[in-house]
Amino acid sequence: MVVKHAKIAFRDLRVRYGDKTALEDVSLEVAPNEILGIIGPAGSGKTSLLRVLNRTLEQTAGAKVTGDVRIDGEDVYRMRDVSRLRRRIGMVAPLPVGLPMSIYDNVAFAPRMAGVTDRKRLEVIVERCLRQAALWDEVEQRLGDLGTKLSGGQQQRLTIARALSHSPEILCLDEFSIAIDPVTTMRIEEVLKELRKHMTILLVTNLVQQARRLADRTAFLLLGELVEVGPTEEVFGRTPRDRRTFEYVHGHFG
Amino acid sequence: MDDPGDNTRLVGRSPARERLHRATELVIETVIRVCGVSAVIFVFGIFYFVFREAAPLLFGGLDLGQLLTSSAWYPDSSNPRYGAFALIAGTLSVTLLAMLIAVPLGLGAAVFVSEFCTGRTKEILKIVIELLAAIPSVVWGFIGLVILNPVIIDLFDTPVGLNILNGAILLALMSVPIMVSIGEDALKAVPDAYREAAEAMGATRWQVTWRVLLPAARNGLLAAVLLGVGRAVGETMAVLMATGHSVNVPDSPLDSVRTITATIAAELGETAQGSNHYRVLFVLGSLLFLITFLVNLTADLVIRGVKKR
Ligand SMILES: Nc1ncnc2c1ncn2[C@@H]1O[C@H](COP(=O)(O)OP(=O)(O)O)[C@@H](O)[C@H]1O
Ligand SMILES: [Mg+2]
Repeated sequence: MVVKHAKIAFRDLRVRYGDKTALEDVSLEVAPNEILGIIGPAGSGKTSLLRVLNRTLEQTAGAKVTGDVRIDGEDVYRMRDVSRLRRRIGMVAPLPVGLPMSIYDNVAFAPRMAGVTDRKRLEVIVERCLRQAALWDEVEQRLGDLGTKLSGGQQQRLTIARALSHSPEILCLDEFSIAIDPVTTMRIEEVLKELRKHMTILLVTNLVQQARRLADRTAFLLLGELVEVGPTEEVFGRTPRDRRTFEYVHGHFG
Repeated sequence: MDDPGDNTRLVGRSPARERLHRATELVIETVIRVCGVSAVIFVFGIFYFVFREAAPLLFGGLDLGQLLTSSAWYPDSSNPRYGAFALIAGTLSVTLLAMLIAVPLGLGAAVFVSEFCTGRTKEILKIVIELLAAIPSVVWGFIGLVILNPVIIDLFDTPVGLNILNGAILLALMSVPIMVSIGEDALKAVPDAYREAAEAMGATRWQVTWRVLLPAARNGLLAAVLLGVGRAVGETMAVLMATGHSVNVPDSPLDSVRTITATIAAELGETAQGSNHYRVLFVLGSLLFLITFLVNLTADLVIRGVKKR
């Protein structure tokens, strides 16, 4: 399926680590304001796909990317200012990493790096992002505490708040619920439904049901191959285009 | 491993083997404990022997006020005077200037090697820096005498180039390798996840270094600096050769001075054991010990204070 006016477009993407291929001939488009679920077993190349997008992959020694990646039609790999590109993308890693600074400073970090110095503006941004990440009520009274002292679930929401702090157009979540409890996961899922009004979301998930709940379309990656991408109800329905998809989403995978 | 037979054998170990096992454990534990305790004993031992030589004079007529405030150092005269103020000032001034040079250089190099170099460049730089650490201090002193001395004379138009600046440059070059290698370890210990998280938010490498890495590694970096200071305070040979060896309270980096260490090294061989001159040198040794102890204590308190925050 071809998306009209794609927000993100990968074409013939190939990623190699040394002589090991992590992604092969992946072509995929994402529409503005959609949630694209990306599922697949470990080692399928899901994380690599996200790291291609914000160009953090090129720092890995031996990693090589070929093909074409565009955001709003603009070639990502021709962009001069990588920092600017990365500020357009919010990235949430599988394991939360609270930077070793206060909760406030964690969220204010990216805006400060981008040149925001006004105290009032920073305060507004910090409160907005913490509210969006459903963390504000729990930390309002202790913004000066170290971010690393929060519980796992709170730290994960802190990283989401951080990812939102530079007002990204695209939000990438990489197995965000791996270290948090189901209740918190549900809260964040509600948050995502709200956020999609303002941004495009790539949701890499190890929980296939999470993609089913949230994604408009779902992509299934297997060992670096994009097996199938289509409307979520189709991918999860009785007749996906590929038999392997059926087996994976219904848990018959061998 | 999952063989159940194996398991039963482990659980049902014979009492004799069990006892042997416990005994080995005990021996290992004792050895480790002895090692740890002996390190403490050695430190106190060294201080004890230095202090023992100093004590008879220290408690038998030495004018402490004169020692610490007067610059009249005439240990050999028939009417000896032991004013070590100039020596203390010499030590502190050389060390201070050395640190002013070495800290930015050392930490800068640590950051460069750890964060901005990869592959071969990094390996080569590390080897060169380690080589720098292996140069004996008498060679540094020689460099001070024959290379830095004329350079300083030319550059600053002074009659002698053996002075604080000369000694400080040498000490800086000597302590930089320690700072780089400890500092690099400290930076390497910062989890990559921090770098990646900060970079994913659009921070440039400089911003990552300034805002994330240096704060995260500050304890290790402080340790690196203090080990450098320790090296500089205790260094003898190079400063003996390069600082001009004149007892003098300096008022410019181009003044010649003499340090505590240089004084001890130069004079100890010529004194009669047990004489007052001999003993006052051990008093100076105790003083040096006290200074390093205070430096370390301060460092410890600073680090603890930082941790509490
Ligand atoms: N830094 C790396 N160096 C070498 N191989 C890597 C590296 N990162 C990932 N890979 C390999 O690339 C493949 C895809 O990995 P990844 O993108 O992390 O998959 P996923 O996120 O779906 O688990 C895996 O086979 C993995 O072993
Ligand atoms: Mg992954």
